[in-house]
Amino acid sequence: MKEYPVLGKKDTRSGFGDGLTELGKKNENVVALCADLTGSLKMGDFKNNHPDRFFQVGIAEANMMGIAAGLTIGGKIPFTGTFANFSTSRVYDQIRQSIAYSDKNVKICASHAGLTLGEDGATHQVLEDLGMMKMLPNMTVINPCDYNQTKAATIAIAEHEGPVYLRFGRPKVPIFIPEDMPFEIGKAITLVEGTDVTIFATGHLVWKSLEAAKELAEKGISAEVINIHTIKPLDEKAVLESVSKTKCAVSAEEHQMAGGLGESIAQVLSRNLPTPLEMVAVNDSFGESGTPDQLMEKYGLGTSNIVEAAQNVLKRK
Amino acid sequence: MQEQTKQLQDFASQVRRDIVRMVHAVQSGHPGGSLGCADFFTCMFNQVMNHNPSNFSMDGKGEDLFFLSNGHISPVYYSVLARVGYFPVDELNMFRKIDSRLQGHPTTHEGLPGVRIASGSLGQGLSVAIGAALSKKLNGDESIVYSLHGDGEIQEGQIWEAAMYAAGNKVDNLISTIDYNHKQIDGDIDDVLPLGSLRAKWEAFDWKVLEMNGHDINDILNTMQEAKSLTGKGKPIMIIMKTEMGQGVDFMMGTHKWHGSPPNDEQLTAALQQLEETLGDY
Repeated sequence: MKEYPVLGKKDTRSGFGDGLTELGKKNENVVALCADLTGSLKMGDFKNNHPDRFFQVGIAEANMMGIAAGLTIGGKIPFTGTFANFSTSRVYDQIRQSIAYSDKNVKICASHAGLTLGEDGATHQVLEDLGMMKMLPNMTVINPCDYNQTKAATIAIAEHEGPVYLRFGRPKVPIFIPEDMPFEIGKAITLVEGTDVTIFATGHLVWKSLEAAKELAEKGISAEVINIHTIKPLDEKAVLESVSKTKCAVSAEEHQMAGGLGESIAQVLSRNLPTPLEMVAVNDSFGESGTPDQLMEKYGLGTSNIVEAAQNVLKRK
Repeated sequence: MQEQTKQLQDFASQVRRDIVRMVHAVQSGHPGGSLGCADFFTCMFNQVMNHNPSNFSMDGKGEDLFFLSNGHISPVYYSVLARVGYFPVDELNMFRKIDSRLQGHPTTHEGLPGVRIASGSLGQGLSVAIGAALSKKLNGDESIVYSLHGDGEIQEGQIWEAAMYAAGNKVDNLISTIDYNHKQIDGDIDDVLPLGSLRAKWEAFDWKVLEMNGHDINDILNTMQEAKSLTGKGKPIMIIMKTEMGQGVDFMMGTHKWHGSPPNDEQLTAALQQLEETLGDY
């Protein structure tokens, strides 16, 4: 089985911040807006390097989304930054009307997504954002898995014309995607090839899926691990090609089961190639305070849950 | 009467005919606020703004931009956009019909020239106008950004987020207007949610505030000229425009009931008798 050495540990939000720093140098149309979370979003470098292109809007996310939409008129490429909860549910109507329906080239960049936000608790742990964003026509939805991929995704979305939702997180997690691995929007990455079961994983669950694949290999089960960094548009071809070989699948995500990656995959499979699928996701529940590791375990998003799901789905083949 | 004033009044009369005919044809839409803003739109698109109807570009570099935040008064917007040359006047026939660029509320999505943002869900347009104004500043473009808002609309909280931002960040290439007709769908503003002292509110938010009579062509032109002269001085500008909902059609005035109701056949005939056909019906 292909191994991915750990290159270090960093938060994915730092990948966003460093990607934005790089974009600031190379594309003068890139502008950034933040709703009083510059430090949390790691936007400080961009702010210091380009004060004229940085807009501090205060605690007023609805206004931020509208200003971002307006900035596109005149050719700017705005990147908005706040927590995932305030980037989506708080401003859904603003995104829907002023950005998505209005075809505006805004990049909605959302940190502290999911349970791994940790101790702040359920008010801040949005687990519905991928669903909300993927339902919007015109919206591209991306959830990268580590520092390197988040940085690459940040740079890539500036070149993409149209609204994008980019989701990342707070905790320091292993870096395992090679720095030079290209990021192509909508193109899934097969990290490990296997024959018995496919694990489709996004965000923080990708590393856990690699760990799960290792455990499964020790049990004699050959798991294919596919990194779905782009939830929408979903790489349907990659999904169907893999399951036509493995005949069963697991999805893994730090999100509600309803509306998430698993649901998107289920839709593709049921329409094209009905296949047993187990979903590792939060099951119709809010989160709570705790450490990220405690929460991931309690809500069923651990490596062992992926292993178990794979074993279960294999029985359904 | 000055010739220019007469021409603009004639234009506005035709716009009012268009409005009542459009909403009558599909038996839906919002005539009240549209009629009330006919004089304002007429002045803006014929005299006040520097814009290029024959060669519309989304970015509008080097042009003044206009954002309609209270999108339900689309009939007046569409009529004026068509009559100044953004798209064929005959297309007003397509208002609110299937496969049309003239959606019930304005959108960029169907590619209608002249429209740069979707509006309808209220309270969003001031933020968008601020963004466009900031974009102009970054581009070294000295044109002005205009926006229009309903008085009921400013009950939305986002308006006040935007108000605070624009003043705090000296967005001084922005001239916004409130259509102050004192009415919203459910009734008088004072019965639904009173605005209190409108002027004091905007002044407290550090905007420069002007007032004008939205049915006096000369007052509109003079006030907008004054507003232009106040741009670039560190403050966004708000104009409180006093209007009458339903202006120009006697039985539609003095009530909120025509906010979102179309006239029937008899009422259309009665309305058109009060509105001179000056430029030819579509």
